Amino acid sequence: MVFEYAPAPESRSIVSIAPEYGLFIDGGFTAPVDDQLFTTTNPATEEVLSRVSEAREHDVDRAVAAARRAFEQTWGPMPGAERAKYLYRIARLIQERSRELAVLETLDNGKPIKETRDVDLPLVAAHFFYHAGWADKLEHAGYGPSPRPLGVAGQIIPWNFPLLMLAWKVAPALACGNTVVLKAAETTPLTALAFAEICQQADLPPGVVNILTGAGDTGRMLVEHPGTDKIAFTGSTDVGRSIMRAVAGTDKRLTLELGGKGANVVFDDAPIDETVEGIVSGIFFNQGHVCCAGSRLLLQESVADEVVERLKERLSTLRLGDPLDKNTDIGAINSAEQLARIDELAKSGEEENAERWSSPCPLPDRGWWFPPTIFTGVTQAHRIAREEIFGPVLSVLTFRTPDEAVAKANNTPFGLSAGIWTEKGSRILWMAQRMRAGVVWANTFNRFDPTSPFGGYKESGFGREGGIQGLGAYLATEVAR
Amino acid sequence: MTDAWQPPGGDQASLRAFLHGLPGVDEVGARGRAAALATRSIKTESKRWAIDMAIAMVDLTTLEGMDTPGKVRALCAKALRPDPSDPTTPSVAAVCVYPDLVGIARASVGQDLHVAAVATAFPSGRSSLDIKLQDTADAVAAGADEIDMVIDRGAFLAGDYATVYEEITAVKSACGDAHLKVILETGELHTLDNVRRASWLAMLAGADFIKTSTGKVTPAATPPVTLVMLEAVRDFERATERRIGVKAAGGIRTSKEAIAYLVLVSETVGDAWLTPDLFRFGASSLLNDLLLQRQRMITGHYSGPDYVTID
Repeated sequence: MVFEYAPAPESRSIVSIAPEYGLFIDGGFTAPVDDQLFTTTNPATEEVLSRVSEAREHDVDRAVAAARRAFEQTWGPMPGAERAKYLYRIARLIQERSRELAVLETLDNGKPIKETRDVDLPLVAAHFFYHAGWADKLEHAGYGPSPRPLGVAGQIIPWNFPLLMLAWKVAPALACGNTVVLKAAETTPLTALAFAEICQQADLPPGVVNILTGAGDTGRMLVEHPGTDKIAFTGSTDVGRSIMRAVAGTDKRLTLELGGKGANVVFDDAPIDETVEGIVSGIFFNQGHVCCAGSRLLLQESVADEVVERLKERLSTLRLGDPLDKNTDIGAINSAEQLARIDELAKSGEEENAERWSSPCPLPDRGWWFPPTIFTGVTQAHRIAREEIFGPVLSVLTFRTPDEAVAKANNTPFGLSAGIWTEKGSRILWMAQRMRAGVVWANTFNRFDPTSPFGGYKESGFGREGGIQGLGAYLATEVAR
Repeated sequence: MTDAWQPPGGDQASLRAFLHGLPGVDEVGARGRAAALATRSIKTESKRWAIDMAIAMVDLTTLEGMDTPGKVRALCAKALRPDPSDPTTPSVAAVCVYPDLVGIARASVGQDLHVAAVATAFPSGRSSLDIKLQDTADAVAAGADEIDMVIDRGAFLAGDYATVYEEITAVKSACGDAHLKVILETGELHTLDNVRRASWLAMLAGADFIKTSTGKVTPAATPPVTLVMLEAVRDFERATERRIGVKAAGGIRTSKEAIAYLVLVSETVGDAWLTPDLFRFGASSLLNDLLLQRQRMITGHYSGPDYVTID
């Protein structure tokens, strides 16, 4: 007798995807031009969803010029209370259209509808609501008596949380009085384009938000454009480095949110069932396409075998498949390119003699998939312990004492996130003080809130997004520097 | 836990050391896990299957001061044939009554259903061990083949685990062949750490089932509490190779909730527990909602409260 869950697909009839999209510049969409179009696909089926426009130099020029005009003429001079009205309106529209946006995000990104519905979209709306509240209170935020906006913000976002990363960037920028030129990720442009429609619905003045689609070249043009006052980038550490080089010597402000190799540290007095859940949400949430993923599991040796055994049992119950099915836990890998990278790193783990275990779940025939995988017997010297895999692959290491846990957790070029699992409150505080990571979670993992600042140490970048601290990235004050 | 697992002795020191050595339960995490499983979407074939399974798992219960032989007979008729308009409807697992009505219930259901009695000075358990054992023996003698006992929550909360243990072992031997369900009354234990410890204590002392609640205390069964109890039976099986049942009792009124419990069972302890031998619902009004949903699945439309029987 087996309790089989019948397919429970979310209907995709709620979304209408145009066959082609132009760019959203100065309040309107440009007409798609044939030789600029590139496709975006559903990673779960490899079906082409739409064709979108690659923004070229003159498009970037126009977008930045529109943003400048809006900054100087409408948005910049507008009182904070008025800006707040627009942000509240956008937040409510996102809530009203949340089902549609969740389906669209799942189609374009491959992540399960369960996550877009219950995590991405509620957080997207929450970020706009939260920052709407700040718009008329900036003088009380601790950045001096009259903090001023920076001007035009060039923002480049990744494909792992397309709409959420947009919200993290656009909401604080607008709340602080800046205007925006945002470039969506190459493989996940559709929700950003839907957001452009929402800006129109909200009657946002033209030019305040401009949405460009394209690949790395478009991003580079935006970064190098003399008309941008601020660059905010979330993505890989390599691209982050080249952006920093490009910005060096200019007076542009810069925040970078880059890669990670988060340590999830489990002590022998941890609440073990909840710890296993936390490990799962730390690395298998969003197929591991999470910069702050808990991709290095550090287990105290005295409980290592037991935790690994329970983890394998738990992973065997994860349901991989159609991302639109409401019971799917693990969706598709976002692109063939990313799948190849995950494969390559997983193979390196085997070649370096770590022991590989993959969930026995069947993989669909079409689309890009990778089963939840853990490597045991991993040491600090393994590539899979040092490099960001950005996929559903967990490296398991062990430690003996709290000091050793801290030393190993911090022994990485990254410093974005860390987790601590113990029932002992004093040890949580002791550990948290010593972890060099921008976010430290205790007895939980991958929990986000707009009121809480997020950002990295070391090669994970600098600057914070969210909370009072995040406002500083979009305000021209000495304090913020 | 390994092959070399040895149960602790029944003395206070051993029990305390063992129970306090169990891993803690993080309340936030446990609630989050239970809530996440409640979002599973169970449709069409799987919903049909789950509704029939849930019906077959019901301990149809009446535990009122105003219970009469007539009321118990009506309950038994309903238990045997929950939906008179559809003979394909499964019977429930058992009827559950006070000890003095066991004879009536047994006469009504014959050997077709289990008869469960709440013994041991139900629901408070505030009586001497002698009285509790006599209560149990009376119920068994009258024909009960399942005994739902309550633990001494006062002794448990005072840390007097040996008293609770001894009481359960004594009731277990008074049960003879009857199955013993041990009611933890989790609404009075308050923390999930206590729920885990009480679950283990009851299983170590010989429980065949562990049961959340009497139904007389709020909250009764909740998904997080049931999750922790399921984790306990899962770990107990790993250690001892014995399968202990779980009964979620009280407060479960809708099919949707019942199906969510089946998901909880399936994804925590596995499909082996999806049988009335290892999972039960202690309920009264739940049954009619399951029947209404069942009718809807078959006919394609909702009927109404007049199309199920009120007993």
